[in-house]
Amino acid sequence: MMKIEAIIQPSRFESVKDALREIGIEGMTVTEVRGHGRQKGHTEVYRGREYTVDLLPKLKLEMVLPDPLVQRAVDTILKTAKTGKIGDGKIFLSRIEEAIRIRNEERGENAL
Amino acid sequence: MKHLGWKCCLLMTMVLASLPLFAQQAPSSAPTGSPAATSASVSEQLKQLDQRVTAAQSAGDNAWMLVSAALVLMMTGPGLALFYGGLVRRKNTLAIMMQSFLLMALISVLWALVGYSLCFGGNGPVIGGFEHAFLRGVGADPNPDYAGTIPQSTFMIYQLMFAIITPALITGATAERMKFSGTILFLTLWFLVVYAPLAHMVWGKGGILNASLAGKFPTLDFAGGTVVHISSGVSALVCALYLGKRTGYPKQPMPPHSLVLSFIGACLLWVGWFGFNAGSALAANALATSAFVATHMATAAAAISWSIAEWLKNGRASALGAISGAVAGLVAITPAAGFVAPMPALAIGFIAGLVCYFMVTKVKSIFGYDDALDAFGVHGAGGTIGALLTGVFAQQVINPIFGAGKAVGGLDGHWGQLGNQLVGVLIAWGFALVGTIVLLKITDMITGVRVSETEEVEGLDITQHGEEAYNLES
Repeated sequence: MMKIEAIIQPSRFESVKDALREIGIEGMTVTEVRGHGRQKGHTEVYRGREYTVDLLPKLKLEMVLPDPLVQRAVDTILKTAKTGKIGDGKIFLSRIEEAIRIRNEERGENAL
Repeated sequence: MKHLGWKCCLLMTMVLASLPLFAQQAPSSAPTGSPAATSASVSEQLKQLDQRVTAAQSAGDNAWMLVSAALVLMMTGPGLALFYGGLVRRKNTLAIMMQSFLLMALISVLWALVGYSLCFGGNGPVIGGFEHAFLRGVGADPNPDYAGTIPQSTFMIYQLMFAIITPALITGATAERMKFSGTILFLTLWFLVVYAPLAHMVWGKGGILNASLAGKFPTLDFAGGTVVHISSGVSALVCALYLGKRTGYPKQPMPPHSLVLSFIGACLLWVGWFGFNAGSALAANALATSAFVATHMATAAAAISWSIAEWLKNGRASALGAISGAVAGLVAITPAAGFVAPMPALAIGFIAGLVCYFMVTKVKSIFGYDDALDAFGVHGAGGTIGALLTGVFAQQVINPIFGAGKAVGGLDGHWGQLGNQLVGVLIAWGFALVGTIVLLKITDMITGVRVSETEEVEGLDITQHGEEAYNLES
């Protein structure tokens, strides 16, 4: 089991979600986040006062998948989340020790 | 059901339409007798006709003035409350809205007890008297000194709405850091000590600045440029200086938390201002229309000039800029509304938009005062510009306030009026400056004026009112 954490442009979310569903990924957790990597922020002006906004809104997708699905999911995210511009986000992979379904206490990949 | 509704409407229209017919037929069917009897009945008929005409005019004027009163109340809540509410940070939203709302209640009570009487009772040069305290003698009969065709009660409730919004404007400068208790005490005192005398001086019978009731320095102020905007704007500046900057200002970013709220608020202000300015004709007449048109044109021009200035400076025209410009135009046209033609109104608006833009974006940062929501930059500056330009653009063809055929403002060749306007402006500035300093000192001694730094960081909503504007968990 692996966890995929993908931080993406909010504008790409619908395409990414639909593409993931097509390859059979049924669950994910989505969080609205703010942050920045190499992308610089932008300047906002309110009545002459300038504010540099360097934390930009992004979406974080988290999903834990059985090993055989991981590579396909990563490929799908790469393909659909990419705009080619700076600020497209990142994907992090990590190994998951255990998963437990709260309703019936199933464990392991059965719980996914 | 639909058809029934239509039929009822039709029937009512027919009944209403036939009423005047009956009224006309009734006298003609009266018996004709000797010449003496005829002339008596003719004079009787004329008297009746006169009464009916007066009643009809009174009905029309009263309808418009009641609507205007409601429109002006709408400027404070929700207009100003939303406009200011959107401009503060999220943690102070309810606090600033609550200040406007509580003033709607508080000033109303004070108005009924003594406020109306201090402004419009008696005929002293500086302040009214107590003859209308507890609204004694204020009822259905008109007060011919002020508005001869509407019940004095209507005039009273209309003027109340001005007394509500004026102190509410000041809260734009004290936003995000003034104690609730201090705000209430200070604005109560301010209403009694600064607003009431100024309103009496400019609008009250015998007031030294009154233009239509024989004031010594007849200052043209149609709807409150000096009384409402200079007084609140200048007091706002004093408050900003006395309170000091918000913690973190200007290093920490303090962008508006919801320009959507501000946008709705500004649009409500624009609409409500028709009650404020056109209503100040105190009748549903041609002068009201003239003021309505001037108000609208100045507002439009100011929204454009502020946007142009911003576009040239920043390369973009912002929504906040456009609505701020509109408010600046509304402020500046307020004293002029009932004296100027549409073209001068456009000029006043255009100039006001540029001047207020400059005040808010440049002058404020040069002097470093923290007028949080620009109450001084828009109302103080816009009110002053408007009051002076009224002296330039006022024309007797629009409003022969000094008598038929007599020159009113600079355009008529009466440049001396500019001097009168300046006197009015200086008195309003002086009165507001001194009054506000003294009252802030008194308030500071009794309740204190500023919240602690911890409270300020946590936000006024939680620390002053025990609630939050946005409960995201619920």
